[in-house]
Amino acid sequence: MNDISEAFATALQLLISFDPALFEIVGLSLQVSLSAVAIAVFIGLPLGAALALFKFPGRGAITILINALMGLPPVVVGLVVYIILSRSGPLGVLGLLFTPTAMIIAQALLISPIIAALTRQVVADLWVEYAEQMRSLGSGRLRAIPTLLYDARFTLVTAVLAGFGRASAEVGAVMIVGGNIDHVTRVMTTAIALEVSKGDLALALGLGIVLIGLSVSINAATYSVKQRAEAVWT
Amino acid sequence: MVTDYFQPQRTIMLKPKIFIAAALTLVLSFGANAEDKFITVASTTSTANSGLFNAILPVFEKQTGIQVRVVAVGTGKAIRLARNGDADVLFVHHKPSEEKFVADGMGIERFDVMYNDFVLVGPKSDPAGIKGSTTAADALQKIAKTESPFASRGDDSGTNKKELSLWKAALLDPKSVSGGWYRETGSGMGATLNVASGMDAYAMTDRATWLKFKNKGDLAILTEGDPALFNQYGIILVNEKKHPHVKSALGQTFVDWVVSDAGQALINDYKILGNQAFIANAQPGS
Amino acid sequence: MTNTTPIAANDSASEKETHAASNSSILPLRVSNLGFKAKGEDLLQDISFELHAGPRTIIMGPNGAGKSLLLRLCHGLLEPTSGTVTWHSNGTNAASMKQAMVFQRPVLLRRTAAQNIDYGLKLRNMPSAKRAQITDDVLNRTGLARFADKPARLLSGGEQQKLALARAWALNPDVLFLDEPTASLDPAAAHAIETIVQTMHDEGTRIIMTTHDLAQAKRLADEVVFIHKGRMLEQTPADKFFETPQCGEAAAFLRGELRW
Repeated sequence: MNDISEAFATALQLLISFDPALFEIVGLSLQVSLSAVAIAVFIGLPLGAALALFKFPGRGAITILINALMGLPPVVVGLVVYIILSRSGPLGVLGLLFTPTAMIIAQALLISPIIAALTRQVVADLWVEYAEQMRSLGSGRLRAIPTLLYDARFTLVTAVLAGFGRASAEVGAVMIVGGNIDHVTRVMTTAIALEVSKGDLALALGLGIVLIGLSVSINAATYSVKQRAEAVWT
Repeated sequence: MVTDYFQPQRTIMLKPKIFIAAALTLVLSFGANAEDKFITVASTTSTANSGLFNAILPVFEKQTGIQVRVVAVGTGKAIRLARNGDADVLFVHHKPSEEKFVADGMGIERFDVMYNDFVLVGPKSDPAGIKGSTTAADALQKIAKTESPFASRGDDSGTNKKELSLWKAALLDPKSVSGGWYRETGSGMGATLNVASGMDAYAMTDRATWLKFKNKGDLAILTEGDPALFNQYGIILVNEKKHPHVKSALGQTFVDWVVSDAGQALINDYKILGNQAFIANAQPGS
Repeated sequence: MTNTTPIAANDSASEKETHAASNSSILPLRVSNLGFKAKGEDLLQDISFELHAGPRTIIMGPNGAGKSLLLRLCHGLLEPTSGTVTWHSNGTNAASMKQAMVFQRPVLLRRTAAQNIDYGLKLRNMPSAKRAQITDDVLNRTGLARFADKPARLLSGGEQQKLALARAWALNPDVLFLDEPTASLDPAAAHAIETIVQTMHDEGTRIIMTTHDLAQAKRLADEVVFIHKGRMLEQTPADKFFETPQCGEAAAFLRGELRW
């Protein structure tokens, strides 16, 4: 129990004193995860919508695969991306290993299935409701994609938050491809892992509290905006 | 009618274009780092966790303007990184592996840098009675005989290889009873010590990590001083003939500095809780 | 109601010309031996008729007769299992762009009322100034102008259906299909819908509608197509149909005795 109260005290102290190391780490964490989310949205939204609307052979198999990939272990993603980006690997020439870019790539791969799978479900349900009217107006399936995505925007925000949550919480992928290099690729989760490995559990837990607090704040802000908007745009 | 109370609200339109612009700005902001002068050093968690790098690297960076990026993983992983060309310099503590690295042509030359020692820690109650043993082999035999819990890293690290060589020298094969009193965590030093602390087990750790470790629980150093527990660190520049992109010039500067009088002095000066953590022993004139 | 016609979307002829008179009209509609089968069951069989320009056609029949199905097959939302649906122009794409449909429940996007109308016009690649003009016009003519910038889904049921109709009207269709458009509405809203439909008819849009409501059918029909158990039993001018229907089932239906 001592550790936990010490942890809260540590967390508070880090925040109040605007500890520069902490803010650097938090800043990088946000940059990496938000960038990963942006890329995952760019990939996942159209992919999910296309899966929902178009019938083609193997569609069922791909849907199952994407749903399954939602549970992709981060450390496996990290390993695969490491192998690809390593100097001895196919994309080694890019020199991306141990940079934030590599971390973004790994996290984007990790969360794209989540965004795609949730989008697929949402768009499929929406299409059931809208298909006849939209086709009557002259919109084919392809043309309908941006319309449906925009109409489903509130539910999709929830999917995006789920993706962001998973990205900012994982440590396996960013540890391997980032290397947890001080001031370069150290993010909240890898910093926590480091403190655990040093046995400084109170600090680790304190950082964990800061991370959770950050996540709660982001979710709270999004929720309140969404509630107000949804009431208008039912 | 609902619509009678409605006030038009223009503020809550989610404009897709704004999001796209913001996202692009975010992702593209990472391009800036390309021109910084830096090298990548593959080292071990125990070296990094000792705090040595935090003490000596800023001096080097200020002097030369070269940023040293340390990737701290287990020795096995560090060597693999260097083999793959993902690091410019290798800085680990397992001489046989290092010499093989150079013999295979992956590294230019190996230099001694510093040494510290390993210690055996265990619960203060010391059920195996190893306190005061003068040799590691003696202590390990007592642990095996009493089947007291022992936490091993089991991760192919330099520390782990050292530990296994000590068991071998004591004519014991604890891996055959792995899962029983001999527990392999497959983790770094800190994680293994956490496990040992949690289950009041014995463990072998380097002194520097132990001094800095904050979760000692009921554990204490019970055996030390045996020359067999000697822990030598070496530094190697990765061979650019195998990996042309390696930053040889910058890496060589770092290697030279570490073995120089200046670097060696800094290493000797580094203390943990008032105790010298490493003893610099680079050969003069290299 | 004012007498000005909405600016024609695709008709450059003079305002007085009806849709049917211009060469680009997709009428007459020829339905030939139309059949639709689902899960091994024949839902429509052997339906043949022609719909020329002019009269308002009401498709009537008991529940499950196949009225909605017939409408969807004509509009192209479903493919027939057998038989053909042929419009006057040769390519089906051109024909579909000159039709519109209003469903029993309005399906509106999560946008403002004006944007919902704008959406249909955008699908026809209309430039934005013209879209704005038509949208304003059609909102005015349906009495929805004050809701232009309001979220469409916050409107009442009647207003939403009016909006769906306005959206269809803006497209200036040659043919307007309506599937029980007032079934979920109160009498005042239903009357408003009927008035708009009447205006569209007056301006040359061919009306093809299904309804349960006998009184409504009597008000609106020029011609009745009677469907029972997937077969077309009658195609008769309205006054004749309501006075002296040709088949027994129709008579029973008019007496309220034919449930399905």
